[in-house]
Amino acid sequence: MRSPVLKRIRVFLAVLFLLAVTSVFIDFRDLIPDSYYNSILFLQFVPSVIKFITLPAVAAAGFIIILVLTVLTGRTYCSVICPLGIFQDIVSRVGGFFGRKNRRFGYGKPFTIIRYGILAVTLIVTLTGGIYLVTLLDPYSIYGRIGTYFLKPVVLLGNNLVAAVVNKFDIYSVYRVDIKGVTALAYIIPSAFLFLVVAFSFRKGRLYCNTVCPVGTLLGVVSKVSLLRIRIDGSECSKCGRCAVACKASCIDFMGKSVDLSRCVACFNCLDTCPDNAVFYGLPDFRKKSAVRVKEPDEGKRSFVSGIMLLLFGISRVARSRDDVVPQKLSTIAEERTSPVCMPGATSIENFQERCTACSLCVSACPKNVIHPSLLEYGLTGIMQPRMDYHKGFCNFDCVKCTEICPTGALMPLDVEAKKLTQIGVAVFIKENCIVHTEKTDCGACSEHCPTKAVQMVPYEGTLVIPEVTKEICIGCGACEYACPTVPYKAIFVDGNRNHIAAEKPEVEEATLKVEDFPF
Amino acid sequence: MKRRNFIKKGASAGLMAGAALALGGRAGLLASPLQSKPYDLVAVMGGTPEAMFDLGIQSLGGIGSFVSKGQRVVIKPNIGWDVTPDRAANTHPGLVKRIVEHCFRAGAKDVFVFDNTCDNWAKCYQNSGIEKAVKDAGARIVPGNSESYYQSIEIPGAKVLRSAKVHEQILECDVFINVPVLKHHSSTKMTAAIKNMMGVVWDRRFWHQNNLHQCLADYTLFEKKPQLNVIDCYNVMVKNGPRGVSVSDLVEMKSLIISKDWVAADAASARMMDLNPAQIDYIPLAHAIGSGNMNLEELNIHRIKM
Repeated sequence: MRSPVLKRIRVFLAVLFLLAVTSVFIDFRDLIPDSYYNSILFLQFVPSVIKFITLPAVAAAGFIIILVLTVLTGRTYCSVICPLGIFQDIVSRVGGFFGRKNRRFGYGKPFTIIRYGILAVTLIVTLTGGIYLVTLLDPYSIYGRIGTYFLKPVVLLGNNLVAAVVNKFDIYSVYRVDIKGVTALAYIIPSAFLFLVVAFSFRKGRLYCNTVCPVGTLLGVVSKVSLLRIRIDGSECSKCGRCAVACKASCIDFMGKSVDLSRCVACFNCLDTCPDNAVFYGLPDFRKKSAVRVKEPDEGKRSFVSGIMLLLFGISRVARSRDDVVPQKLSTIAEERTSPVCMPGATSIENFQERCTACSLCVSACPKNVIHPSLLEYGLTGIMQPRMDYHKGFCNFDCVKCTEICPTGALMPLDVEAKKLTQIGVAVFIKENCIVHTEKTDCGACSEHCPTKAVQMVPYEGTLVIPEVTKEICIGCGACEYACPTVPYKAIFVDGNRNHIAAEKPEVEEATLKVEDFPF
Repeated sequence: MKRRNFIKKGASAGLMAGAALALGGRAGLLASPLQSKPYDLVAVMGGTPEAMFDLGIQSLGGIGSFVSKGQRVVIKPNIGWDVTPDRAANTHPGLVKRIVEHCFRAGAKDVFVFDNTCDNWAKCYQNSGIEKAVKDAGARIVPGNSESYYQSIEIPGAKVLRSAKVHEQILECDVFINVPVLKHHSSTKMTAAIKNMMGVVWDRRFWHQNNLHQCLADYTLFEKKPQLNVIDCYNVMVKNGPRGVSVSDLVEMKSLIISKDWVAADAASARMMDLNPAQIDYIPLAHAIGSGNMNLEELNIHRIKM
């Protein structure tokens, strides 16, 4: 096969996948039904593997399809399905406008030690220690973080500019949405990786995919035996080198008339560059033995990659963003959480930490903006894994969105009624911070927002009422903590349950008041 | 269509007698057209929210006494919570819709409806049934979710709440109609007309931090007051308010209170819940600064039973 049609199909499908995956990360208007999320993300390799381990079912078998696809067609996953790969193609294209057009790529030796090293370390650490290297390196999750922390704010900004204009004409079908952002330190990792992939791809095409990405390396191993592959017909080739220059993976050694299949991402850019019609995508040539050979390993010059990886861990302290309300008195007693609060559907913090790759889809999708990336709340190994931040929002009682959309199964689907009885944490009242106690005025914002009335107002001094918590019926939604107006510390906060348990149902008592005539 | 014709008739005749004939009930006969002194407050009991409004507003001269041709109207219901209408944590959607219809019939150019919700605003608008109801009636539902929709205002004479950020629709409108639902409230004991203003401002936290009752009373001094207050007392949450836990928190009172005076409306609402208005601190505070009259015995009240 030598037709440019192949490349066109590849580009078309890639754009489709990229748009679909991107759309779930920027869907601030809730236009995509929750049930579509799983289909859209079904083929993402790492989330699918993790989900399959928890729930071995067809719904989580996307990675098997990818492995079969790779055996059949090579690393088409990297060119068509991986959003980070396609994103890099776009960056690379932009880079092309600035560089020497015809001499951009060319053959390069593989950084074999680095790439297999990263793959091996990631596998070993994940099997023995935890998921955190996968969290850092999974290309889907890296793209998810770029989408959530960088792309979505830009989309919102554009939306708000349009809204600002049309709202003037009383048209509210486009409405403004406050861009809230997350704690500054949480941007370090997404920024570092954004910089890394952009820097690599701007000049060097798919160098990141073939050097750092463990999924790329793994699929590269599989694609060595792929059925359909790029090959060069030695008898026709005149060694003009056009194919090598077009190859963004730098994997065609035109002098040796060979293709490094472990690095070829099956982008088909080389196919129609060949004036001799010597570059093919098809079955291996069984007649001659020559065609494909893998290049010898080369000592990695760019160990800076691993240096950067180490640098990313150099994060020290948690800083809270300041509330802009000036209170009459500052609260004095710090909230002391024994555990962070993890989303419903996690079942336990331990389970969650084993499965979450911090793709941040839940962060982006949460309609109450309560899910935020953690820094050290789960410990260093849980960095970027989301948690509930009740200073930023609270969990909408009837909402189960995060549990439905999680692609790795770190959050398992909960139906609404079950969610309303899932205790993810328990409210703790600090009387010394409470407005009613310090100011001697009514407040009750906590009880007002409580959906189960686990926080009740009970008589205090004079006619004043003060909150009291009934732990058994508290589900830890954080409405009380969010609504509490004291700063810097809240007078009521939710302490996370390491293991989520069932809350008791609030007691239902019929109201007794009878009104048959006007009482005035 | 029947209802539409009825309203048209009522408005064109301009006579309570006409409405009484159309209804053909004793309720109509009670509403004497020869009333010389205007009513301060109208209380209706026994009908659907829609029918009670149709009847009650006539006692105040019809919506035409408040809304003129070509005006911008803002209706502010309580849409604070992501719950269904049967839970009565939000204003009855049918009532809001009926008020929108009345406004358009009086010649309103545009009717806007919004609230600064507590739960997620889109879910509140949708699940309360209010978004659909008002859109069906031709009004525009306006988001209140972004701080950029709120503008800073000053409240001269206020003790604590000297400034606030108020939704731009309130500032731009010609007519402001306040349509809360009467409920128990965990901290202020009850919420109705004045308390509903916590949904037209952006920063509610300040109110909670700085003497809630005083802030509520202070807000009544702001110049953009509602011209009309319609309090939904059909199903009334008498405990676990303002969000409610289940329908067991409700008592069916099948009532509606309409008044230009929101202090009076709140005082009457308190009585409906068997509370003494003098003990709901913000009511006497608002009364004391001249924002209205909480002494119901001094008011000319039209009580209508359907």
